[in-house]
Amino acid sequence: MSFEAAYSGIGRLDRLSYRDTVVHRLDPRAKVVATLLFVVVVVSFPKYEVLSLLSFFLFPILIGALGDIPAGFIARKVVAVSPFAVFVGIFNPLFDPGVFAIAPGVLVSAGWISFASIMIKFALTISAALLLIATTSFPGICRGLRRLGVPALFVSQLLFLYRYLFVLMEEALRVVRARDMRSFGTRGTGVRVFARIVGTLFLRTVERAERIYGAMLARGFRGDLPSMRREALRPSDAVFVLAAGSFFALCRFVPVPQMIGRLVRGLAG
Amino acid sequence: MSHHLLEFKDVRFRYPDGTEALKGVSFLITHGESVGIVGANGAGKSTVLLHMNGHLLPTSGGVTVGEVPLRKETRPAIRRKVGVVFQNPDDQLFMPTVFDDVAFGPLNLGLPPERVRERVHAALRQVGALALVDKPPHHLSGGEKSAVAIATVIVMEPDILVMDEPAASLDPKSRRSVIGLLNSFAHSKIVASHDLDLILDVCARCLVIRDGAIVADGPTPEILSDATLLAENNLELPLTLQGRPGREGTRR
Repeated sequence: MSFEAAYSGIGRLDRLSYRDTVVHRLDPRAKVVATLLFVVVVVSFPKYEVLSLLSFFLFPILIGALGDIPAGFIARKVVAVSPFAVFVGIFNPLFDPGVFAIAPGVLVSAGWISFASIMIKFALTISAALLLIATTSFPGICRGLRRLGVPALFVSQLLFLYRYLFVLMEEALRVVRARDMRSFGTRGTGVRVFARIVGTLFLRTVERAERIYGAMLARGFRGDLPSMRREALRPSDAVFVLAAGSFFALCRFVPVPQMIGRLVRGLAG
Repeated sequence: MSHHLLEFKDVRFRYPDGTEALKGVSFLITHGESVGIVGANGAGKSTVLLHMNGHLLPTSGGVTVGEVPLRKETRPAIRRKVGVVFQNPDDQLFMPTVFDDVAFGPLNLGLPPERVRERVHAALRQVGALALVDKPPHHLSGGEKSAVAIATVIVMEPDILVMDEPAASLDPKSRRSVIGLLNSFAHSKIVASHDLDLILDVCARCLVIRDGAIVADGPTPEILSDATLLAENNLELPLTLQGRPGREGTRR
């Protein structure tokens, strides 16, 4: 993926988060809590669990649909980071030679089952995290974290990261363009030039940080980023968290897909 | 009334690397004055501006704002009186939304939330950027960023507004609206710029800095029409004062 494509991907995610839908209007805290619950419940499943996980896809699908987030965009992002999960799980089929019967007469190595389980857990958690970011403005997430008790210093760092990510990426984009314009093919795109570009960007960033700090001092900064937003949680936020929580609990402790399967077999038989 | 508002008295400054940036700068700016600071690249304009709110402290000599002499301990008080708008709005706007950024100064001054909200809206209305209140700075255009950057400083109601290249890299219309904005302030204004037409439009008085010293100080129309003085300082006549007879005929 080229640098420009990566940049426009982040920019798109950011623009999506400023839309106005039912999901976007929920309090950031409610969404942060629901997403955390979702992630914890999903990873709490044992390593050979596959079927029970499937019902959890309902959550990202619902959030994506109600939040008017293009499913293809999220899916492409999930695929883009999937190599990490593949590397984590790819040796399971080799080292876990146990045998499972997935259907009468069909035997599969246990390693493949746990690999599938890893991939599903990965797809679920990453898509939920992406949807959180796509449906909640980043400052909103930070305010939510702050009010959930995350230390101020940590939240300030996140806010600065968000604010200057775009500035730094645009600067990098200009430098990379300038390099490409004069590197004629592959000379000049090697790792040594790359290292120098990174060095230059680092120095510029340090200088910028000094100027920003000066601007902050000029306006009375004394160590805390003040914010005066005081949103109150509304009933709809509580309903959302409760509904999501009970859905996760249901899917965690009741084997819904298996029950559906038994029901279908019962009807057929 | 003509009480001294900002006084530089034989200010010298040496950067840690040994460069002597200011070699005895003295001037006096009184209430309500608008002063332009011009000079070649590296002449010391920015260093002078950085002394005005104590970002740098003089190696020797003194800076006085109102009745307060600039020292390490008096910096917070001086920063309330002197608002500095830096050259690059991306350095000036560091908060995640326009509202939070404009509210940053007033909240640090300890104003109550209701008062902060009023002041933020008033400042944004004054620069014509009220519609941007909930946007993140990276979604703004260059002209919008400049307007918001000015709002972040006027919201603190400083006695003196100091600006470094307020209209650099703006399109002509945005530049014109920044000039209109500057002219609408009753504050004392100090503007450093290479945009001599802007200085001519905004400032009644003009200082010329060369090699860390003031080489000319007088009414702007006089200074900026002195072609010899300007040429000595890597400057040239403002475009509006350059009659361009040869070009006139080619205009369609």
